[in-house]
Amino acid sequence: MSIRLHEIGKHFGRTQALEPIDLDIAEGELVGLLGPSGSGKTTLLRIIAGLETADNVAGARILFGERDVTHLHVRDRRIGFVFQHYALFRHMTVFDNVAFGLTVMPRKSRPSSGEIRSRVHRLLEMVKLEHMAHRYPAQLSGGQQQRVSLARALALRPDVLLLDEPFGALDAKVRQELRRWLRHLHDELNFTSLFVTHDQEEALELSDRVVVMSNGRIEQIDTPDELYRHPANRFVFEFLGDVNHLEGTVRDGVLTCGDARLAVDLADGPEELLLRPHELELAPSATQHAHLPVCVTAISPVGAEVRVELEADWLGEPWLATVSHADYERLHLTRGTRLYAVPRRWHRFPDERREQAAPLPVAVS
Amino acid sequence: MQRIGDGIAVRRLLIGAAVVLAALFLLLPLVAIFAQAFARGIDVFWANVTNHYTLAAIQLTLFIAVLTIPVCLVFGVALAWLVTRFRFPGRRILQTLIDIPFAVSPVVAGLVYLLLYGRTGWLGSWLDGHDIQLMFAWPGILLVTIFVTCPFVARELIPLMQAQGSREEEAAVTLGAPGWTIFRRVTLPNIRWALLYGVILTNARAVGEFGAVSVVSGAIRGQTNTLPLHLEQLYQDYNTVGAFASASLLALIALLTLVAKAGLEWRAARREVHP
Repeated sequence: MSIRLHEIGKHFGRTQALEPIDLDIAEGELVGLLGPSGSGKTTLLRIIAGLETADNVAGARILFGERDVTHLHVRDRRIGFVFQHYALFRHMTVFDNVAFGLTVMPRKSRPSSGEIRSRVHRLLEMVKLEHMAHRYPAQLSGGQQQRVSLARALALRPDVLLLDEPFGALDAKVRQELRRWLRHLHDELNFTSLFVTHDQEEALELSDRVVVMSNGRIEQIDTPDELYRHPANRFVFEFLGDVNHLEGTVRDGVLTCGDARLAVDLADGPEELLLRPHELELAPSATQHAHLPVCVTAISPVGAEVRVELEADWLGEPWLATVSHADYERLHLTRGTRLYAVPRRWHRFPDERREQAAPLPVAVS
Repeated sequence: MQRIGDGIAVRRLLIGAAVVLAALFLLLPLVAIFAQAFARGIDVFWANVTNHYTLAAIQLTLFIAVLTIPVCLVFGVALAWLVTRFRFPGRRILQTLIDIPFAVSPVVAGLVYLLLYGRTGWLGSWLDGHDIQLMFAWPGILLVTIFVTCPFVARELIPLMQAQGSREEEAAVTLGAPGWTIFRRVTLPNIRWALLYGVILTNARAVGEFGAVSVVSGAIRGQTNTLPLHLEQLYQDYNTVGAFASASLLALIALLTLVAKAGLEWRAARREVHP
């Protein structure tokens, strides 16, 4: 079932948590709401669920398919909601948690207790927790609790599944596993899902499309690929990965910043360039176009690439470069090595002032 | 490094002092009550307990407690629900107001009620015109008892409900549960031990309240005398055995309350390990 939002905004007292937003999510889509804390993503999710009410303005509409749910109570919206901290009923067994939604149905539409039992067992089988049916939530690990919470949310076969930072409280490995599993489940059962996250990797990996938000506003809605390749603005660019900054003054096609010089095809004036770590090459000598002397201050060789931290007098904040293991060995990099950075490409967002659009790219929720 | 109490002499001294103080201030008076009550044998004790006026006092005391508890229960749950589940202007003031019955001396509370609801009082004169008498009758005793005991349940519930948050209730509502079902199947099971604990405290205070009740009751023997008032009267009449017989009943209720409370705490501690 598709979700369509029209002019949905939210004030808490006098502060605007959400600017009026339009958003269309197609049936069967898995969409990530990505943004730093305080960007309004959870508020938006809770409004869609009906746990929070949107500002009451004339045009405000929430549609599930053709059904207008704007003024419908949460319990009548037929959504599944998964909470960050699971919110399992602590005094009920796993079985009773999953069965809850079925047992509170009005008597005439409620399935028989035998039917409930077989449905709950099927759900527990799906989340691979059959053997835990009689445990209490406190006796389960975080990952298991979140799986119970998913099974509980799916018990009523909702048209729409909403997840609020579903994997935020779990450790990296479990998170990876659950992500894959959710994607699989989504493809199999084909419901429409919307999930909130502050983890860009999670959003890009899991979503069909990502909605990037900041300060109660949608910055960009696109596929992960488009988002990464063509960020709409500086905020999106900075939020979706590590960024190195180069600030200086351009004169006659050369940007100068202390000892650093870089040939650029730009008009004279102050300029700020942004560079991704993997777009930096490290070389023993400067080139004709780039003279950016740096000193290695830290090296992390874990993973497919080697992460190198660089400092220089002309740099405000250290730079981060990623080089291949082959280059790392060829260059004999150690802490204290002096060499030159050579940008393969750079980005600029000249129309936006920094103060406006650059909250810290890391978010803690 | 040595902490205070690590030395064997210091430790013995501290523990010894605690034991002596406990014995002197808690155990000895308790023993004394029962010793005095049975000072002239069990027959005299029994005669005093089954005395017409004592029975009436017991009856009135239990009657007041039985009426007070449900009122405080409903009030406490509603109030705790209100201040922990909703944000509204005046919420903090309300939370402070809950403590007034604790902060104010019960005698003052009694006097205020007398001033308001007495025959010449502001509301009392109107009530008197409609032939309703609150003061110097059981409804007055009930009113001040409720006033004095109303914070107990709320005070037990508020910190717990604050700590638990409303996530489980939100989960229940997304699963389609109606409000009453959510309360019955999600909220109530999570707070039931604190609730029982609050009720036990309410009961203890309702049974034992003296100050506020003594102002509004008029202490008419056999009619508006509660057990603590009756006890005081007997004592003033130099009927020591009678007074201590009543005192032993109150002490017995207190002991039962403590046992119930300890039992609940033990259960709660056990439930944390095996829910």
